[in-house]
Amino acid sequence: MKKSKKLIMEIVAVLLGIAYLSPFYIMIVNSFKNRAQMYENVLSLPSKLDFQYYISAMSKMNFLNSFLNSLFIAVVSIGFIVVFASMTAWMLVRTKHVISKIIFFTFVATMLIPFQALMMPLMQVMGAISRNTFLQMLNSRFGLIYMYIGFGSSMAVFLFHGFIKGIPLSLEEAATLDGCNKWYIFWKIIFPILKPTTVTVIILDLIWIWNDFLLPSLVLSDKALRTIPLSTFYFFGEFTIQWNLAMAGLVLTVIPVIIFYIFAQKYIIKGVTAGAVK
Amino acid sequence: MKKKKNKLWFAVFTVPTLVAFLTVVVIPFLMGIFYSFFKWDGIPLHEKEFVGLSNYGLLLSDERFLNAVMLTLKYTLIAALFINLFGLMFALLVTQKLRVKNTLRTMFFTPNLIGGLILGFIWQFVFKNVFTQLGDATGLNHFFFNWLLDEKYALIAIAVVSTWQMAGYIMIIYITGIQSIPSELVEAARVDGANYLQRIKHIIFPLLAPAFTISLFLSLSNSFKIYDVNLSLTNGGPSKATEMFAMNVFNEIFGYNNYGFGQAKAVIFFLFVALITLVQVYFSKKREVEM
Repeated sequence: MKKSKKLIMEIVAVLLGIAYLSPFYIMIVNSFKNRAQMYENVLSLPSKLDFQYYISAMSKMNFLNSFLNSLFIAVVSIGFIVVFASMTAWMLVRTKHVISKIIFFTFVATMLIPFQALMMPLMQVMGAISRNTFLQMLNSRFGLIYMYIGFGSSMAVFLFHGFIKGIPLSLEEAATLDGCNKWYIFWKIIFPILKPTTVTVIILDLIWIWNDFLLPSLVLSDKALRTIPLSTFYFFGEFTIQWNLAMAGLVLTVIPVIIFYIFAQKYIIKGVTAGAVK
Repeated sequence: MKKKKNKLWFAVFTVPTLVAFLTVVVIPFLMGIFYSFFKWDGIPLHEKEFVGLSNYGLLLSDERFLNAVMLTLKYTLIAALFINLFGLMFALLVTQKLRVKNTLRTMFFTPNLIGGLILGFIWQFVFKNVFTQLGDATGLNHFFFNWLLDEKYALIAIAVVSTWQMAGYIMIIYITGIQSIPSELVEAARVDGANYLQRIKHIIFPLLAPAFTISLFLSLSNSFKIYDVNLSLTNGGPSKATEMFAMNVFNEIFGYNNYGFGQAKAVIFFLFVALITLVQVYFSKKREVEM
């Protein structure tokens, strides 16, 4: 009795999981069907694996180019966020001064600000910087990366700060007595210890930057600079009626995320847990 | 000498972050408050006309805005309820002694990794084509029809998609909470003859209170800020019936070019979000003191 009850529960649980992911099934099967097949039965399996919609979605979305843009922007932004924020957090923890407290408090307080509250003035500031210096902030990858560093710094500093507080000072004191400078101490002794938090920051920022739509839509206007969410958005604007083509495009955008999830699942769940509970 | 050197190191370590942070977050935020006192169409050469607080006064007579706010509040409550209900249910399920529990956790969490924009497009297809076909095939036309064309159902549709996206995330928080409950406690209750529901009610739920506070407020503030799903699923339609707060702010500024007025809305938007989070901090602190 007990055993069969458990088996039933296992089966029900799996069915629930499958039902939960059914929108993905619908997306995939319809990316292979022609119009007639789709309107005949939207839930059935395709009669054959016809990749024509993938080929045309790929070229219409300029998929490879958007993928590389997304990858480049995410990797470079996250690299800078990790390096800058960990350095800053360490200094703020180790410098017992009222200035450190004020700076840290400002970082934490700004985590409350939703993007929509400052998107317009942000564009004004970036426009002003572009007009008055040689830096091009708008419609450039550099500008977008710069803004990601600014937006990402609060949470990263906060997470690193929390971790560094728990590192005993004695580790650094010995090195200081040996005459090592702060740069050396940070990179050789402290930064390697920060690894768990570094992974958390990388995961959380990757999910955020990879999926972000609104900021790049305001910053990038050149077609060649589009990231994946941007090219998906414009692609849909043009081809809403052709659903099979649209579904093929969506499958293409989902695939990289799923592959990443399969390989980095352990870190993702850990990172998300650490980020959420704090 | 040493002090000077320390100051220099402090600068080396903090200035790069601070420059980006100040120019991207702090200065735009302060300027945003400043802009909200002006009438301006966003063109740099055009003059900004100082109007004091009148933008804020105008908000009270902007019917579209008031609708968007009320709608967002309603939506936030519905979505937060759904998200927590499903998140908690999933967490209770995957903390059972099941062989498939890890696979299941992976499945429930998957939609969370995909952006709201893309999820909204996938579900647009589901509502437009799958729901209508199911309605025709089963005759259940009252439930299976294109929800996106109906004012009331379109709002629920957005809540469904957001729940699909966020329940897995909230599940993770509840799992952490459930796992932190000492197993001896649950075991002792079982030995004393408490059945599963009694154990949930008297042992697990009370000890889940901290996880519940985090989950509730996280889902409240995330739902309140909804934009991507709103844009890709309904784009505010049918006929502006699902235009929510964030979208209203965006459209006022970049659609109607009312930069000053739109920014006043943005400031109010910030105040709402800040309020939700501050209430959470208050409750968490209060609990810490009581414990």
